Amino acid sequence: MMYYSRPTMLGVLGVCFLGLLLCLPNFMRAPSPKLPWHQIHLGLDLRGGSYLLLRLDQQSLVDDRLQSLEDQAKQALIEKNLGYRDFRKDDTARTLSFLPRDASEAQASLAALSSLTGTGNEVAAALDHDRLVLTLNETALKARAREAVSQSIEIVRRRIDATGAVDPEITRQGDDRIVVELPGISDPEHIKRLLGTTAKMTFRLLAGSAGGNIAPPGATMLPDLSAGNTLLPVMDHVEVDGAALTNAGATIDQQTGEWAVSFSFNRAGASAFARTTTQNVGRRFAIVLDNKVIEAPVIRTPITQGNGQITGNFNAQAATDLAVMLRAGALPAPLAVIEQRSIGPSLGADSIRAGAISLGIGFVLVILFMAFFYGRFGLYANVALLANLVLMTAILSLFEATLTLPGMAGMLLTLGMAVDANILINERIREEVKRGRTPLAAMQAGFERASSTIIDSNATAFLAHVMLFVFGTGPVRGFALTITIGIVTTLFTTMLLSRLLMVRWYALTRPTELPV
Amino acid sequence: MLSRPLFRFVREDKHIPFMRGRFAGLATSAILSALSVVLFFVPGLKLGLDFHGGIVVEAQTQGPADFDKLRHALAAHQVTAAGLQKFGADNDVLIQLDTPPPGPKQEAATQALVDEVRHAVVEAQPGTQVLRADAVGASVSSELFRNGLLALGLSLVMILIYIWVRFEWEFAVSAVITLVLDLTKTVGFLAITRFQFDLVMVAAILTILGYSTNDKVVVYDRVRENLRKYRTMPLRELLDLSINETLNRTLGTSMTVFLAALPLAVFGGHSLSGFATVMLFGIVVGTSSSIFIAAPLLLLMGEKRLRRSKAP
Repeated sequence: MMYYSRPTMLGVLGVCFLGLLLCLPNFMRAPSPKLPWHQIHLGLDLRGGSYLLLRLDQQSLVDDRLQSLEDQAKQALIEKNLGYRDFRKDDTARTLSFLPRDASEAQASLAALSSLTGTGNEVAAALDHDRLVLTLNETALKARAREAVSQSIEIVRRRIDATGAVDPEITRQGDDRIVVELPGISDPEHIKRLLGTTAKMTFRLLAGSAGGNIAPPGATMLPDLSAGNTLLPVMDHVEVDGAALTNAGATIDQQTGEWAVSFSFNRAGASAFARTTTQNVGRRFAIVLDNKVIEAPVIRTPITQGNGQITGNFNAQAATDLAVMLRAGALPAPLAVIEQRSIGPSLGADSIRAGAISLGIGFVLVILFMAFFYGRFGLYANVALLANLVLMTAILSLFEATLTLPGMAGMLLTLGMAVDANILINERIREEVKRGRTPLAAMQAGFERASSTIIDSNATAFLAHVMLFVFGTGPVRGFALTITIGIVTTLFTTMLLSRLLMVRWYALTRPTELPV
Repeated sequence: MLSRPLFRFVREDKHIPFMRGRFAGLATSAILSALSVVLFFVPGLKLGLDFHGGIVVEAQTQGPADFDKLRHALAAHQVTAAGLQKFGADNDVLIQLDTPPPGPKQEAATQALVDEVRHAVVEAQPGTQVLRADAVGASVSSELFRNGLLALGLSLVMILIYIWVRFEWEFAVSAVITLVLDLTKTVGFLAITRFQFDLVMVAAILTILGYSTNDKVVVYDRVRENLRKYRTMPLRELLDLSINETLNRTLGTSMTVFLAALPLAVFGGHSLSGFATVMLFGIVVGTSSSIFIAAPLLLLMGEKRLRRSKAP
């Protein structure tokens, strides 16, 4: 306990020095781009910005899947010349069911649908009384949802990048959530709108001359945004999908002088579009965005070059947004914002100032207290305390952790608790001196006895805060993280560094009594 | 000059018979905790945005805030039942709203509301700066509440297990009873002071628990050591001795943590000062409960058993 080998001593001092070096990136620019240069990030509460929590609409994912399953099932049945009626979808039970034309065809229908059950048994087909029931497998759906979230993250990132936001952080949370952090953007309304649109675009033909509000078979009535939401009968069959777009941009229409969105298709999209427009000259087709018709022009001449223009009632912003969304691609399912927190830059600056001032004053008070109540050994404890602060900053920088307001409070509290370990040692040494031990024996016994207490108390705190970090959310996590790191650095600085200082002092001066 | 300590809290030869006041201590604590439980139901905690859901917008107007104008503008934007209040300076306005009624569009409505409020305040008084705008949907708030309580409960269980493993079950049980008593008092304090109970407060409560546990562990550690050292000393005397021996440390540590948290309570700005004030309260409660609650409980539970099992 009272002896430090040279390597140990150098090791302890080396760690402290390394800590100092690792703190540097927070105060200066990298002198060379080759150096690893990690620094602490300021949380949104300190620098201002917005936090958005998005939830993927899983129900619509199920609905989409059932819709495509219905299309596939109908196709498979028609190919085998089997009849069907009364298709029913149940989103919550994840089932699709129908009645065969005749009960005698039930087994044949079941066989026809066997190709749909797919790999990994995503779909299970069964006969329930008269009805044929197709059930989606729950685990397969979960996997699909996870994949949809990954896809959405990519699309969200592309859309946000297009707005010019600086350093956006987009991360997955849990099964169906996405966290979007936007530093410096304190009014996220525009981005909320951009992310709240699915932007599923399709090019479809209008059903022939339908009268009234009842859609002919194979078509659905959709509102026409360019004509005051009047309903148009739009064919369900998709001629060209928005996924076939390669580029989109906001432009001004040469003839009308209004804002428009120009687009171009990829090769497959271009040929499909050319075919459709060639075969249907004189008919109307609809450009549908999220089940709303943006415009429904008449096809005057075949469009074969694979590009075109959409002229809705756009203003500059709407045209740019639509172009951004078309370029970024459609979200696999709608995203809903379920939590928003935004902080203006001035409030963040105020928080930093308040936090820094209180940290500073608290630190000075603790240092003065230690000096007055514990003398020379108190000064050593203060050196250890400073080293503790440096090491905490170093570790936080190394992990590029995010410092939040509660995190700052956590740092301050760690300092308060770190002092506890030093106080325990000092009090123990003093007791041993009072029992009449020699200085060396008193220090030895003091360290030994205090160590078990220090380890016990830090271990309980460590366990409690790890729990907090694992199960907590938001500010609680930042707080728990700094304290957990703080406990580790506290153990290092008190058990190794402040003891080293005391031991070296003893070795150099050989005092006959201890200053306790 | 500071080579020697200048001050001490208590002289080493001082011996305070703490265990004489054990019933008074337990009774006071029981009464305070019972009162706190009552306060928890009436008037109850003021749930913050995190746990209650809804929206909060903090704005700074140019020149003094005109509440009539603001109210009219909000009404024009179909925002009803908004709570407007001044906080701090004349031009600081706080607008609070509950979550819209449940329904399929609830989440979307919550989010739309916050944008409407933003537009309304800027229209009412041009040049207004929105300092903070939070909107928490109903599903998130209930989840945050559940997670917060889960974290709290699990931390308590971890503490119980650790002390059980390292000491004897009497230590663990009396520590956790004491912690629960501390916890109820803190909740009572929150109910009286009307601080908003949110995630940050959960962190504060957990810190208090951690700190309080730390304090108990130090005293228990000494008790365990003395149990081995003085094999025939009655438990009551032994507890008094252990508390007195650790008294300087107990007061010293409480003092430093108190000093560290004090500036935060005074200068920390309104988001941190509530946190720090609750901390200060917790430090006082946690320190006193080690002496007046945890030790007497240990005496009650272990008077026969601990001594007999340790006797040679």
